[in-house]
Amino acid sequence: MKWHEKMLNIDRRWIYLILGVAVIVPAVVSFHVPVNVTPEVRRVYDFIEDLKPGDIFYVGIDYDPASLAELHPMAYAILDQCFRKDIKPVVATLSQFGAGMAEQVLSEVAAEYGKESGIDYCYLGYKPYPAITIMLMGVDFRVPFPQDYYGTPIDSIPMMRYVHNFDDLKGVISLSAGTSSEFWIIYGYGRYFMPLALGVTGVMAADYYPYLQSGQIFGLISGIKGAAEYEALTEYKGEGLKSIPYQTASHVVILAFIIVSNIGYFASRRSKK
Amino acid sequence: MRRQIPLYIVLVSGIVFVIQFFIPSHESEFIFEYGQDWVMVIGILALPLGIWSYLRKTWLTAVKKPKERFFAGVSLFGFAIMMLTGLKRESLMAGSLYMELFEYVLIPIQATIFSLLAFYIASAAYRAFRARSVIATMLLGTAFIVMLRLIPLGPISDLNQALVGWILSVPNMAAKRGLLIGIGLGAIATCIKIILGIERTYLGRD
Repeated sequence: MKWHEKMLNIDRRWIYLILGVAVIVPAVVSFHVPVNVTPEVRRVYDFIEDLKPGDIFYVGIDYDPASLAELHPMAYAILDQCFRKDIKPVVATLSQFGAGMAEQVLSEVAAEYGKESGIDYCYLGYKPYPAITIMLMGVDFRVPFPQDYYGTPIDSIPMMRYVHNFDDLKGVISLSAGTSSEFWIIYGYGRYFMPLALGVTGVMAADYYPYLQSGQIFGLISGIKGAAEYEALTEYKGEGLKSIPYQTASHVVILAFIIVSNIGYFASRRSKK
Repeated sequence: MRRQIPLYIVLVSGIVFVIQFFIPSHESEFIFEYGQDWVMVIGILALPLGIWSYLRKTWLTAVKKPKERFFAGVSLFGFAIMMLTGLKRESLMAGSLYMELFEYVLIPIQATIFSLLAFYIASAAYRAFRARSVIATMLLGTAFIVMLRLIPLGPISDLNQALVGWILSVPNMAAKRGLLIGIGLGAIATCIKIILGIERTYLGRD
């Protein structure tokens, strides 16, 4: 086998091994990767930053553990920003596995600021059928969520006494790894005109730029890079910025393999001529 | 008659909810809420059916396929343990056995499976991104530029970021918007066909 043929036929196990090593390297040798903040991420930050203490803001933890690495850092940074500014988040999840993760992030960040459930924040829990739940929240939160996650009737929660539907919220951010973000656009914005921002996984981001340009969403945080940008803005020390070196290392390896593959391809084409 | 009644239900409810969407009033809100309750009730009724179907299939797999018996057993055990530990409302609080199982078993399993995708993507990128034609070269170049945004390139980084921004918000958006408009028109056409009873495949076969 000629050298260019070898370059074209690297066994996939070598690729897995080299990528595996590349992912481990940042854990051993720490290095910093600068993060440039994109306008769509800054708009989300500015929107929350401009809210007044006591304003109600909805945070949707609409993802499952598979997307935890990319979306969990966003949830931490956004809730940290809300609690730091005394904004009262209403949190719910439209993903069946989201309930436990939402409880985890909310209780951790709330504990850091000494915030109390029902007074400083409200966790509604999980309801199936995202489209229907969004539409019913637009009518009254009490219809899909008669009780909060902990079993307290909504009317007994001080923070929710005057919160009935989307009219009482200042905005919504849905951190989503599935179709619930589209339901938020169609029903949350389309039917109730809620100011809406999305946090999505890296592979989903390209799908949502049309909505950004049309103004249906005011901001977009995409993937772990978006989470890192948000952490850079909020100065929250979370997993987003820590994860960037790992992603950078793996991308360098993938790009190197693409270059090797193309050198092999052109060399093999030339040798055939 | 078995096919006619569902067709009439779809016709009436379809027309009512289309009209309801465009009429903001208390009566319209009432119809909307009432309809949504019905959808939820129907969905909840489907849940026991799903559980029964899952248990039956897994049990039959365990009985009929000795090689898969272990995995079927793990699946049934997992189902039983999560259901039993999650029965009480207190189990939803942090620190309960249910939440510990969720946090230390389910989350790592799902996260690990998803992280394996990186290895497949690396292998696929190595094989797929070759400049075989003009279109393939454009795809290769675009992927290269977008992936480079995560790599510090010194003074070129800002230029690359601007280029990535342009790719996402101009050619990407134009293509996506075209697709979305096409999908939207297709969805409207399909909905009209379902409401009018022209499209009947959702009814299944007798």
